[in-house]
Amino acid sequence: MLLEIKDLHASINGKQILKGVNLNVNRGEIHAIMGPNGNGKSTLASVIAGKEMFRVDGGQINYKGKNLFDLNVEERACEGIFLGFQYPVEIPGVSITSFMRAAVNQQRKYKGLDPMDTFAFMKYMEEKQALVGMTDKLANRSVNEGFSGGEKKKNEIFQMAMLQPELAILDETDSGLDIDALRIVAGGVNKLANKDNAVVVITHYQRLLDYIVPDFVHVLADGKIVKTGTKELAKELEVKGYDWLKDVTDK
Amino acid sequence: MKKQEEQDQILKDITQSDYEWGFETEVDTHALEKGLSEDTIRRISKLKEEPEYMLEFRLAAFAQWKKMGEPHWGHFDYAPIDYQDIIYYAAPQTKEDNPLAGVDPELLETFKKLGIELDEKKELPKVAVDAIMDSVSVKTMYSEDLAKQGIIFCSISEAIKNHPDLIKEYLGSVVPSGDNYFTALNSAVFSDGSFVYIPKGVRCPMELSSYFRINAKESGQFERTLIIADEGAYVSYMEGCTAPMRDKNQLHAAVVEIVVLKDAEVKYSTVQNWYPGDKEGRGGIYNFVTKRGICKGSRAKLSWTQVETGSAITWKYPSIILKGDHSTGEFYSVAVTNNHQQADTGTKMIHIGQNTSSTIVSKGVSAGESQNSYRGLVKIMPAAEGARNFSRCDSLLMGNRCGAHTWPDIQCQNRTAVVEHEATTSKISEEKLFYCRQRGLSEEDAVSLIVNGYAKDVLEQLPMEFAAEAQKLLSVSLEGSVG
Repeated sequence: MLLEIKDLHASINGKQILKGVNLNVNRGEIHAIMGPNGNGKSTLASVIAGKEMFRVDGGQINYKGKNLFDLNVEERACEGIFLGFQYPVEIPGVSITSFMRAAVNQQRKYKGLDPMDTFAFMKYMEEKQALVGMTDKLANRSVNEGFSGGEKKKNEIFQMAMLQPELAILDETDSGLDIDALRIVAGGVNKLANKDNAVVVITHYQRLLDYIVPDFVHVLADGKIVKTGTKELAKELEVKGYDWLKDVTDK
Repeated sequence: MKKQEEQDQILKDITQSDYEWGFETEVDTHALEKGLSEDTIRRISKLKEEPEYMLEFRLAAFAQWKKMGEPHWGHFDYAPIDYQDIIYYAAPQTKEDNPLAGVDPELLETFKKLGIELDEKKELPKVAVDAIMDSVSVKTMYSEDLAKQGIIFCSISEAIKNHPDLIKEYLGSVVPSGDNYFTALNSAVFSDGSFVYIPKGVRCPMELSSYFRINAKESGQFERTLIIADEGAYVSYMEGCTAPMRDKNQLHAAVVEIVVLKDAEVKYSTVQNWYPGDKEGRGGIYNFVTKRGICKGSRAKLSWTQVETGSAITWKYPSIILKGDHSTGEFYSVAVTNNHQQADTGTKMIHIGQNTSSTIVSKGVSAGESQNSYRGLVKIMPAAEGARNFSRCDSLLMGNRCGAHTWPDIQCQNRTAVVEHEATTSKISEEKLFYCRQRGLSEEDAVSLIVNGYAKDVLEQLPMEFAAEAQKLLSVSLEGSVG
């Protein structure tokens, strides 16, 4: 199993957010986590990535058979965990090219590989740019600086393509996208998903799931996964909303 | 999950990045005893075998200095300087008495350790270096090659002897001895420095560079640099500086004067890396420097670029007097302070001529418990029709115990002038670090990447030979400064 989350409890500033999450993800699977806003979806993504402002109060996460809590943020990244950010930050003066070059070479170093030379890197980058439709013009701009919502998300998917993660968690990657951008992003994800990796898509709307077809759909409400189903569940949610599930858990 | 104490520990660890230029050279030094009097000045002048006019220049400056008081308007907190407790002249002694034997190999080795190859046969990218240790110039490279084009590049001591006309005309013409307390002191006791003269219409074929090194204990360094670009000339000049680690503060009070005549251009770049003191703020160089240039003729252009990472105290405002019509002044600065460093730096742009323009880009980075101030003056005189200034002052803060301060002063006396000022203050946020770390970068690599990106507009102005070194220096200066 790639990722195994058992009874995970987490809080921020003393406020409990995750109240016993259980989740199993295997290689080759696409999972969608849905649920109302403010119920812990982004927190779950942040805790897996290792964001230090969240406190883990209980439970465990095993990743590739290792205790994930033994690894810091960058070690988790180098071990193949990628987080597609809901709100990617700007890094003025640092081009996407140099940012990716630093990241790719750092991850190679972690794996005991030599850094890529300039030519190999440019060629590699060209391939991945084509995959997600990222122009040279965009790649030479500073990371996310002055990007539109769509450009920011495209940049996230591009970075995912560059880093070839084993576990990609995409946090509300569809928010703020028009339909064309949504297609490009979803198309990128579909091209990148394969039998050796897993993708966890966190989304508020069913819309994205018209383009990315998940193997499993989970509903995260009030800090727990309250229901798990197939893509049909997403359609049901679209019609019925989330309230009926809350009632189930309350009882 | 990291607790506050752990974070504090990391913050402490960061500041442990060692100052790798802190070694000391074992070389016999001929030094005057501590203290400053008229007699000290006469002895310095005599040791340097100076002509009479120079002694008079020094004594006049000393008379002014005695009447002046140390300025205290800078944003600093430091123990008083005892001017009688400083050695004003220290010269590394060559082991051989015969001057033809050349430079002491020990000194060549020192500069080699600092990355400066003084062997003309070995230096690959052609940069002519004037290497200065304590009070004397050790070696000036390529002087003969340059002389073929009429370019004079030598130590100021040689220029005083060999080019008295130029010295008499220009020394003190941009920075008069009595300009301030430290210029008066420098004018009285300066021991060496570099002199550059580029004749009419000549484009200097290589980068010129001075490397200043303080080695002797308890000595001050008072260097004097004078650069003259005659009509239509061009030169790019770089300056680097380091000092051994000592637990006592050392004084460095330099004066740099630049004269740019009609249609000439001078680019002056500094990477200042004097010893900044230890983590607790013990020791380090007190750097009180006056740098000023004048664009004397029409369409003259002067550009200051500085990367300031060293010194316990930095007091420095490279300025430009834009006298010629259509002349241009530029100031690009990155000042990094960490631990207990204090920097008060900025520029002055004085617009006198018509259609003069100036650009100021200042990037401060503060970490640890340091204080980083920008102080700038843009002055548009009544005659400066069509003058234009653009200023941008940014501050970047790391952690919550440092300070960034900005004191811009704009005085505009001409209605047609356009003056713009932009300023920002930002922090290296947890969010930014997390984003970079999530891609696999370590915390320190992330800081280095963010800071280098932030300073990019300034680093781009540096000559190639300097840019890589400056980038590395920024990373080292901030190692572990994440809070």
